[in-house]
Amino acid sequence: MNIASALHDTRLLYMHHLRASLRTKVAVVFGMLQPLLYLLLFGPLLTRLNGVRGFGDHDPWQVFVPGILVQLVLFRSGFVGFALIADLRAGVVDRLRVTPVSRAAMLLGMVLRDTTVLVVQAILLLAAGLALGLRAPLPGLLIGLALAVLLATGIASLSYVLAMVTRREDAFASLLSSVTLPLMLLSGMLLPMSMAPGWLDAVSRCTPLRYVVDAVRAAFLGDYAASPVVVGTAVTVVLVAASVWWGARRFVRETA
Amino acid sequence: MIKASGLARTFTTKRGTVEAVRGVDFHVARGEIVGFLGPNGAGKTTTLRMLTTLLAPTAGTAVVAGHDLRTDPAGVRRRIGYVAQGGGAAPGVPVGEELGLQARLYGVPRPTERIAELCAQLELDGLLDRPAQALSGGQRRRLDLALGLVHRPPLMFLDEPTAGLDPHSRGNLWHHIRRMREEDGATVFLTTHYLEEADALCDRILIIDHGRIVAEGTPDELKRRVSGDVVTLDLAVPDHGDRADAGDVEATARARAALAELPQVREAVVTGTSVRLTVDQGDRALAQLVRSLDAAGVEVAALRMARPTLDDVFLTLTGRSLREAAA
Repeated sequence: MNIASALHDTRLLYMHHLRASLRTKVAVVFGMLQPLLYLLLFGPLLTRLNGVRGFGDHDPWQVFVPGILVQLVLFRSGFVGFALIADLRAGVVDRLRVTPVSRAAMLLGMVLRDTTVLVVQAILLLAAGLALGLRAPLPGLLIGLALAVLLATGIASLSYVLAMVTRREDAFASLLSSVTLPLMLLSGMLLPMSMAPGWLDAVSRCTPLRYVVDAVRAAFLGDYAASPVVVGTAVTVVLVAASVWWGARRFVRETA
Repeated sequence: MIKASGLARTFTTKRGTVEAVRGVDFHVARGEIVGFLGPNGAGKTTTLRMLTTLLAPTAGTAVVAGHDLRTDPAGVRRRIGYVAQGGGAAPGVPVGEELGLQARLYGVPRPTERIAELCAQLELDGLLDRPAQALSGGQRRRLDLALGLVHRPPLMFLDEPTAGLDPHSRGNLWHHIRRMREEDGATVFLTTHYLEEADALCDRILIIDHGRIVAEGTPDELKRRVSGDVVTLDLAVPDHGDRADAGDVEATARARAALAELPQVREAVVTGTSVRLTVDQGDRALAQLVRSLDAAGVEVAALRMARPTLDDVFLTLTGRSLREAAA
């Protein structure tokens, strides 16, 4: 399988999946209902936390919106595998596997589509944050967006591989919730880990999303060269490279 | 077109290993319509999935459309079409988009024209904007055929092509499958658990049971392996007035005597005035039968012949009826 035909197939499948997403615009908007609700119904509580370590010295929205942005990525990209299970059941995957299509393109076409949808959702989310009172410099917002997009690519790849391996909604769902919930809580998405007791902070530092959330927060504060941004970016890049590489390998093997 | 040797597949489950296909050998010539007949769970779909590169064989191999399954699956894929039992169209995607994607993935030149041609052939005109879930069962199945045929494959694999269709749609689909061969010169390999389908559609049948091919031949050859055709005679009885059954006795006795002389007749059972015979090659024996009875002065009121069905074949080979095995 040469690169040219893999790119050709990726483009074909990307456009095909994107058209499917455009048909269900409502789902794209409803997909961000959960993070929006967090912004609207939980965010205002944080504005009262003046003087709490990690909050008092900043605008609370600068701390909270980055967490919600990463949460959007984790949950939206984490759940994309459900669509693949539906396609497996409908025979779409086998139909494609019988064609000479590049196996990597089958995965990449879906992942790139998901990333595209996520960019739209992330921009809407940031716009909602700005409307609620978030103040952050444009470069900081763009860095946050870039990290979110990168992370989405990695998480979506992992989600598809897990879907491919479990093949059943119930198994996939329980696996997913047992992974995403601890990742979310330990990343300090909702409340910064600077408030955490020592042991929790230590555990949190063993999970990758902690660094991503910290990086986006630092970027929103305008500390572009600060160590959280550098470390967070490095963790994201390594995580994404490893996920996509491993995901593509597993996917190619599962669909060979 | 297909040459399978020792093709086998075992699955490992929690309860141990299951030998779904236990080493099958067969060949399919160019232009043939060959049917894989057997009950559910016999190994038909597993074999088909191996031949279409979807499932790696645990043993054996096959040359499919000139390419080795193990060493050149990509070569196989370019030359085959496949329609899975449940189809392969996404429910929410419009027909035109599905066909367009499929044509472009195969690199079909001038895809729009090819799709228009296929839609005309398969009676899908005017449905291009409709999502697959809004199609009728028959339309849906024709869309599946169109997806498999878009690149004009010389070899088509169809898994249970008419399962779940009403009789009218089934007949319509048979027509389209025959046309694939007649107009495009395609070779067709299909699986079915419908006896009528194998009988009506296939040049040659492979009967599979418990992962093994138990018989192979044309539908007629297979039926001849069953012990003959059944011929039923109703005798015209001369009127004996007061003793009504005396005529019966006399007529049946004479018929018996005449039939005993014929080597083709294996068995004769008399019930009232009808005689049920088991006859070798009934179609050829019928004329001789009538002449002998005529010569013996036995008048025949009605004559019926029933050919054995493929179900009788399956019953003879496996001791089970295909219908009960499938249930």
